Amino acid sequence: MLKGRFGGFFFQLIALLLAFGFVSLILLSVDASPAEAYKNMFNGSFGSMRKFAEVLVAFVPLLLVTAGLLVTFSSGLWNIGVEGQVVLGAITTTWVFRYFIESDLPPALIITLAILGGMLGGAVWASFTGVLKVFGGVNEIFGGLGLNFVATALTIYLIFGPWKRPGVASMSGTVPFPDEFSLPLLAGLRISPWALAIALAGIVVIYFILQGTYFGLRLKAVGKNFRAAYLLGIPTWQYSMYSFLICGALAGAAGAVQVAAVYHRLIPSISSGYGYLGLMVAMLINYNAIWAVPVALFFAALNIGSIQLPILMKLDSSLSGVLQGVLVLFVLLADGVRQKFARKA
Amino acid sequence: MNVELKNIHKHFGTVHANKAINLNIPTGTIQGILGENGAGKSTLMKILSGFIQPDPGSEIILDGKPVVIHSPADAIKYGIGMLHQDPLDFPPMKLLDNFLLGLSGGLFPNRKEAAQDFNLLAREYGFSFDPESYVDSLTVGERQQLEIMRLLFLGARVFILDEPTTGISAGQKEKLFATLKKFPDQAMTVIFVSHKLEDVEHLCDRVAVLRGGVLVGETKPPYVTSKLVAMMFGKEITLGARQPAQAGDVVLSLKNISLEDVRLKIKNVDLEVRAGEVIGLAGMEGSGQGMFIRACAGLTRPVGGRISLNGRDLTGKSYHTFKRAGVNFLPAARLEEGLVPGLNLIDHFVLAEEPKGIFIDRAAGQKLAEDRIQSFNIRGTPLSTVESLSGGNQQRAELALLQTPLSLVLLEHPTRGLDIESVIYIWSKLKERCKQGASIIFISSDLEEILQYSDCLLVFFSSKVSQPIDASATSVEELGQLIGGKGWADTGDEHA
Amino acid sequence: MTQETILIGLAGVLAAAAPVIFAVLGETLSERAGVINLSMNGTILLSAMGGFAAAYTTDNIVLGFLAGMLIGALVALVVAFASITLKQSQVAVGFVLALTCRDLSYFLGNPYMGLPGPRLQAIPIPVLGDIPVIGQLFFRQDPITYISFVAIFLAWVWIFRTRPGLMLQGIGEKPAAAFIRGANVNLMRYVYTVIGGALIGLAGPAYSLAIRAGWMGTISGLDGIGWIALSITIFGGWNPSRAAFGAYLFAFLQWLGLVLQPVLTQVPSQVLQVAPFPLMILTLLLVNIGDAEWVERALAAMPENTRKIMVKLLRAMRASPPAALGVPFERD
Repeated sequence: MLKGRFGGFFFQLIALLLAFGFVSLILLSVDASPAEAYKNMFNGSFGSMRKFAEVLVAFVPLLLVTAGLLVTFSSGLWNIGVEGQVVLGAITTTWVFRYFIESDLPPALIITLAILGGMLGGAVWASFTGVLKVFGGVNEIFGGLGLNFVATALTIYLIFGPWKRPGVASMSGTVPFPDEFSLPLLAGLRISPWALAIALAGIVVIYFILQGTYFGLRLKAVGKNFRAAYLLGIPTWQYSMYSFLICGALAGAAGAVQVAAVYHRLIPSISSGYGYLGLMVAMLINYNAIWAVPVALFFAALNIGSIQLPILMKLDSSLSGVLQGVLVLFVLLADGVRQKFARKA
Repeated sequence: MNVELKNIHKHFGTVHANKAINLNIPTGTIQGILGENGAGKSTLMKILSGFIQPDPGSEIILDGKPVVIHSPADAIKYGIGMLHQDPLDFPPMKLLDNFLLGLSGGLFPNRKEAAQDFNLLAREYGFSFDPESYVDSLTVGERQQLEIMRLLFLGARVFILDEPTTGISAGQKEKLFATLKKFPDQAMTVIFVSHKLEDVEHLCDRVAVLRGGVLVGETKPPYVTSKLVAMMFGKEITLGARQPAQAGDVVLSLKNISLEDVRLKIKNVDLEVRAGEVIGLAGMEGSGQGMFIRACAGLTRPVGGRISLNGRDLTGKSYHTFKRAGVNFLPAARLEEGLVPGLNLIDHFVLAEEPKGIFIDRAAGQKLAEDRIQSFNIRGTPLSTVESLSGGNQQRAELALLQTPLSLVLLEHPTRGLDIESVIYIWSKLKERCKQGASIIFISSDLEEILQYSDCLLVFFSSKVSQPIDASATSVEELGQLIGGKGWADTGDEHA
Repeated sequence: MTQETILIGLAGVLAAAAPVIFAVLGETLSERAGVINLSMNGTILLSAMGGFAAAYTTDNIVLGFLAGMLIGALVALVVAFASITLKQSQVAVGFVLALTCRDLSYFLGNPYMGLPGPRLQAIPIPVLGDIPVIGQLFFRQDPITYISFVAIFLAWVWIFRTRPGLMLQGIGEKPAAAFIRGANVNLMRYVYTVIGGALIGLAGPAYSLAIRAGWMGTISGLDGIGWIALSITIFGGWNPSRAAFGAYLFAFLQWLGLVLQPVLTQVPSQVLQVAPFPLMILTLLLVNIGDAEWVERALAAMPENTRKIMVKLLRAMRASPPAALGVPFERD
């Protein structure tokens, strides 16, 4: 057992090295110095308290999305629609804020309602994919993807249509909300301790649900063998729907945080691709909740660090995406090689 | 063709599946290979047909020449063709395409010529096929004939048949045997692999018996059944006396039930099952018994009629309603439908219990698993994943998962692929359930199992269902005829 | 609208469908052999960028198309290696590649953003191009559109009329049966996945060197096409002719959206732009719903005549995938 685990670690290390090697080659191919690029990315994410706070700003939605995806992966579902669920969370949160913009209710209550609204919005959007899958036989990958594009279009429609700024609508989004509608931030930084607390609470709750509850065990049974789970008496379709709803709610919370603590308005790219990135994190940690925090933090750091690349080196910031993708790819390949060795032995 | 196997060894990891097997099969014989499941028959045949490679040092000698067979395509070049238990053909294709597939020739096959060849060959061997119809419209027996035809066309001189009589009708079996008996006259060799004594005794010129990967003996007619059994199992085993039920109240009642799916329609079946009774469902695979047992479980909704359990009408209710009412269903495919690979025995027993609270009590789960492992004699630990258990132990685990109290147990092939001792054990556990008042309905393709363990049986033949037959008043022969479509009172629209 | 503008529009539909057709045919070949290449969305972007960059640098448009095919083949090779040799999940690997190739195209394509590059010109075919209506529709196109017509026909003939095509069907349907008939199943799966990948890779340059010439990075409007092409493959029932019909239908609906926009002023343009996606979900729903358990139960409760009609209807819409799609093959 120990040997197996160590073996797994060894292959993952190789994968990590290969991934960095491969990306270095790509950098060399565009005449950029890999060392300089990595150094800039590192400094861009850990160089100062302010920058690290930015990393945490990215870490919060990423962790929330990953937590949700652990649930859908456990029940054997590829919830690619998570991206749209983040968007709908943001839209609903914005809607709640707009609804209460003139009200005399205490801001804390409004913020709470807005975040709960975001979770509800994400869950409802996820339920569409769920219903299509469970009752219509439409693979959740295609249902989810289609709804992602619809969600993005809906955002743009709202920004340029009903919710447009007085005067001229623009890609910069809707009118920013007043300061009291923001989750409290740390002095001088953009990170809200409340948002961080929500995200950490999310992953802890999911960890315990999956590890120690009847619900989690049934979810896993549904994921590993849908038919047998049904014959064992588990209401499988309900469990599939539950897992969509839970994931959607967590993704919605991510969207809500984007509005309530980061952008304070709805912008066209409100989800920032955290949904897809969360899928990568979940794959990289092999659906194991215990590793979610460090890996999500690492991916967030790559995202934030890469912002420096266009400024300092005239490189596109999509390098972080390339690095993340290549890393997951090599880990998958290394795992395949390890299993091949294990089969031969 | 003379086939000689010399010193054949095969290891799979640590399992020694074939141990030093030496066998000479002269030209023109029908050689039987007899053995229980797991005896190494399939491995040996896969080696001879090129599907897998034997360990170094093993030798295959054809007509005196040593050969190395790299693949099944290689084997057919040497004249060795194999008919697999589940015919390796392409159900969604036309017969002609299925026939053409893999034949060599130019880029564009001449379909007209191929159809002529096909028809000619079919006539020569007395088969009737329409080359433009689809493979999935054929019965398993017909698909075997189709494969035999294809192998003949490819020039096979040695025919290996792997359990060919499983899932075909008595009539088709007779036809198959008649075809095979003609082969020796044409200097062809037949290797007939089976665990069915009756078939082997009926057909084969000589028999070799495998047990635990070793060739334990060869024998020629006249066969002594008890001796063959002793060779197969290492000891003589009998199933014990029949135990008729003390039937109680009516548990399950079917009134005028009609069922249909894409292929089959079953009309107007009536049945009453009493507490403690065991009902066996006989018939060749796909005759409607699978659909019938699923309807009894609430998995398939009847298109007409009423189902009630202990007097309560459950027509049209879902499987889970049936289950709560005390109906349990154990499917044939254990790892596909019955158990959850990747989860261990504790997980399974916890899943089968009603949840107590939100969090799982691990210690209680461990205790539960240990108890069940002991009382069901499962070889495994509480932390064993189900896929790491042997077939017999998986089946015991499934029985251990049955709920209590229970009104009706539905089983598909409860003992398929299990050794005789597991069979006896599993039935003793099931009969215990009957004594506690449960009824059992089960499907089996093993007629002796049906006669041994059921009180009453139903025979299915191409969507028709017989009246309940008293199991003590019938015989394997009579049953075999019914399964094959003979002796039905209403023979109006029968086709074999 | 005059007849002339309609004809020009429809000819444009045939051209606009060409890249989707290559992608769908490539995916069909790959899936017929049993391998799902889910990387398609990223592959199309990367080959669009790579094809444009190659053509721009060498000033040779043919090299641009070849570069696109090479990129597609290489990505497919990774999918094949991971799924066939290493037996990893095809969905996982394909999805990661879809994202990675997309980001890679943005990263590497940065220097080529917005540059004016070569563009494939229409070459009317003499005589045929002068036939009224038909000539205008089919024979005044650019070469890549002509190739797309031929490719549909060739793919159909290959799969359904040739010996290797028959074997291809067998490999995706029941690999063990194809194996005993002499097929080297895993090698063939490699071959078809890579050839399919090359065809998918042709879709990229068909955009960046013809229909939407140039490379525009994130605003190229190509992100999403690959996913649509994947669902058209399913809609097409793994049959080139039905798949091509799906691709033309998709292009036609897009054109219709464009034409109707000025008429339907109350419908915001964003709604029309995403219209293909709900349509894609709807078609998948129609193709798959017959398999849902509740539908079977509902059917059983219907009176006999209604049931018969419904069953027929559902079966006509249904498309069954190759039985061994996504299932690894091993000899023992």
